[in-house]
Amino acid sequence: MAYKTHPSERKHHAMERARFLDLLERHLPPDTLLSEAEDLRPYECDGLSAYRELPWIVALPETLEQVQAVLRLCHEHAVPVVARGAGTGLSGGALPVANGVLLSLAKFTRILALDPLNRTARVQPGVRNLAISEAAAPHGLYYAPDPSSQIACTIGGNVAENSGGVHCLKYGLTVHNVLEVRMLTIEGELVTLGGSGLDGPGYDLLALLCGSEGLLGIIVEIVVKLLPVPPYAQVLLASFASIEAAGAAVAAIIAAGLLPAGLEMMDNIALRAVEAFVHVGYPVEAAAIVLCELDGTPEQVEADTAKALGVLSRCGALEVRRSQNEVERRKLWAGRKAAFPAIGRLAPDYYCMDGTIPRRHLAEVLRRIGELSAEYGLPVANVFHAGDGNLHPLIMYDANHSDELERAEGFGERILKLCVAVGGTVTGEHGVGMEKLNPMCLQFPGPELAQFHAVKAAFDPKGLLNPGKGIPSLHRCAEFGAMHVHEGKLPHPELARF
Amino acid sequence: MNSDHSAFLRQTLLDAIAAGRPLAIAGGGSKAFYGRVMTADAMPLETTSHRGILSFEPTELVLTARSGTSLAEIEALLAEHGQTLAFEPPHFGEGATLGGTVACGLGGPRRAFAGSVRDCVLGCKILNGKGEILSFGGQVMKNVAGFDLSRLMVGALGTLGVLLEISLKVLPKPEYEQTLVFPMATPEALSAMNRWCGEPWPISGLAYDESWAYLRLAGAESAVEAARRKLGGDAAADGPGFWHRLKEQRGRFFEYPALGTDLWRLSVAPATPKLDLPGHWFYDWGGALRWLRSDAPAESVFQEAERVGGHATLFRGRSGDGAVFQPLPPALKALHRNLKRAFDPDGLLNPGRLYEDF
Ligand SMILES: Cc1cc2nc3c(=O)[nH]c(=O)nc-3n(C[C@H](O)[C@H](O)[C@H](O)COP(=O)(O)OP(=O)(O)OC[C@H]3O[C@@H](n4cnc5c(N)ncnc54)[C@H](O)[C@@H]3O)c2cc1C
Repeated sequence: MAYKTHPSERKHHAMERARFLDLLERHLPPDTLLSEAEDLRPYECDGLSAYRELPWIVALPETLEQVQAVLRLCHEHAVPVVARGAGTGLSGGALPVANGVLLSLAKFTRILALDPLNRTARVQPGVRNLAISEAAAPHGLYYAPDPSSQIACTIGGNVAENSGGVHCLKYGLTVHNVLEVRMLTIEGELVTLGGSGLDGPGYDLLALLCGSEGLLGIIVEIVVKLLPVPPYAQVLLASFASIEAAGAAVAAIIAAGLLPAGLEMMDNIALRAVEAFVHVGYPVEAAAIVLCELDGTPEQVEADTAKALGVLSRCGALEVRRSQNEVERRKLWAGRKAAFPAIGRLAPDYYCMDGTIPRRHLAEVLRRIGELSAEYGLPVANVFHAGDGNLHPLIMYDANHSDELERAEGFGERILKLCVAVGGTVTGEHGVGMEKLNPMCLQFPGPELAQFHAVKAAFDPKGLLNPGKGIPSLHRCAEFGAMHVHEGKLPHPELARF
Repeated sequence: MNSDHSAFLRQTLLDAIAAGRPLAIAGGGSKAFYGRVMTADAMPLETTSHRGILSFEPTELVLTARSGTSLAEIEALLAEHGQTLAFEPPHFGEGATLGGTVACGLGGPRRAFAGSVRDCVLGCKILNGKGEILSFGGQVMKNVAGFDLSRLMVGALGTLGVLLEISLKVLPKPEYEQTLVFPMATPEALSAMNRWCGEPWPISGLAYDESWAYLRLAGAESAVEAARRKLGGDAAADGPGFWHRLKEQRGRFFEYPALGTDLWRLSVAPATPKLDLPGHWFYDWGGALRWLRSDAPAESVFQEAERVGGHATLFRGRSGDGAVFQPLPPALKALHRNLKRAFDPDGLLNPGRLYEDF
């Protein structure tokens, strides 16, 4: 897939690589610095593997002082720095820049403290998401946000992306579950955001840092909130004769005052793919299914289940299955969890989109996606977080087929445009990274972009932290806008067009 | 009554920019006591006429309203649909507006269990110090497009922008609630409250007044009653009244003058042992929020809060131009100053209300 760094988004410097390595070696042991092509190769992309760039230098520091040294040198010599956790990001956020240092936090894997009474864990940024819950389990506690990538992704990456998971409808995103972050500024200064209580002094910089994609600072320590493990959970699987009916059922569950731990939807293509792959007994004739998980005390789950069953049947569910025990509950989820790999079997490649829309537009947007699928001649499967309106259309294509890749991108962009048109957003949880710079121009046609850049400059005046990601330059949007003139009005008419 | 006064607010700001005159943003004035006294001769900028609920879709759990809308009006509409603001905001007076609630960022007893003001903010429209009207976030729960500048507005006391519209996530109202009371000494209460929070009880409030711990359960009646049987304790005489008085700071602890000149708010790790400061304490949020009535010097309170990794606010009391909020370390202060400049380069919006120098 093609990506283009706009000339205005590039950082230039005159430093030579050998010389910079020399400077770095004064502070970091040689084995923590990589510069040979074959050593750099594993870092050339993140989870969006269609975008690749060999980094200039990879630094794998082991101590805070070493990270500080890297940042100070980069700052002094105007060298860009791209932070990297596990590299599972799906928007090219950790994609290297050709003349910059790729700063991996992979060696910061220690859980520094676990405080069961205060229900917190103090961890280094390279700790894997799931490792926190594993460490907390003996105390009956866990870390709630559970991205599907949780066995691999790091907590530093989670904070930088404000990642969500299947359970964030009830338990919130990363931003709702982090109490304190220690961050290094580009000057190498250590600042603490948030604090030991539920809020911090001054501006809520902790909230600002969540989802900032490595553009504002390097996260070096995180205190997360731990919650008691719910004693009981039950999942309902309801099948429907139409996408519309399934979408309406999702809205009705929320309207009934229920707050499910998870509320997911799958369309027929996804259902069939999953069933062929994992054989969990999903109803393959259904147009769509809704998975609704209720958790809490057994009494609460009992009451909520009764309510949910009533809602689902009133909404025309063809059939509702109810997990009778943990084994069945896991089995019903197994299909959902295997959805991406299952769809991966249907086509050589797929492109995962990540728009969010107000729930009431679900049926309409899914219908339009179906029409676009026909128009572009590319099949699409929908498996998504219906409860919070977060769509993940998976566009199937074959990169070896002349123009399919380009068509997939065009199709994807139309979907995001549709999300914006109904009052949604171009990214719910995967971030803007390198991938959604153009769609950002669609979402923010006004003066907001300039405000974003001013905020960025407040932290990083030289623009060295993850340059060319997250926030498109005004010039990029001016050019992009010229191709997408909105109601005869050019965005940013004050800027010269190249 | 409902009307869009954003053009007027913007024009007032543009005039202020031209005249180099700072503005004091005011909603209903119910929280005028909160924050530092502004020294500059600021001109009032009233937001109460910019009011009206713009959209409310119960199936979306989202409400959008103009900043001058009264908090009472919003809560009444939500109640009609069996919904509520998760963070149980204090009003501190009849005129409380949505804008003031968000600008102060204060949550009531349920905040520790259901989320804070900023947790519930999904998007907002602001007027920055340059007179630009900007929209950030939106009406959906998940949104990572661009920096989260909506949440940054929460608790910024208007120093980064005039709030014009706010979209909030709302929650279903608990079906049934019960408050239990337990007589306890402070160390015992702090450990009991934190033990309960580490277990999966349906808790929606947990406070301690130096004699009694108050535990509010919320959920389905069967679930609340089952928890109550297992937890023991006695039913409170007037649970709803207790939580209302705590939220609105009524009753002896908050109102009796002889308990101390100042009311301090300390935000700390919930299991932190009793802090070493003279005065009377009231614990909320299971110990994570501590109210202190005291005559102690401000520096000693800030120091003690810092020692335990938390922060203190001189909530009510001594007026004057002293520090109200926890002093910030230099590097953090520098980021604050830079951010202020990024939104309000001329320093016209509520200068000095949060920190002395911006
Ligand atoms: C199979 C699969 C399933 C996924 N499912 C989900 C899901 O359910 N929900 C979801 O939200 N996401 C999901 N993702 C996306 C991805 O896992 C998340 O975005 C995750 O948080 C990235 O973590 P990471 O450690 O891999 O970060 P990376 O990919 O290494 O980096 C992501 C971004 O964070 C920055 N960054 C990393 N570490 C730091 C640091 N210490 N300081 C500052 N910036 C830093 C990087 O510069 C980059 O911009 C999925 C990805 C895959 C491959």
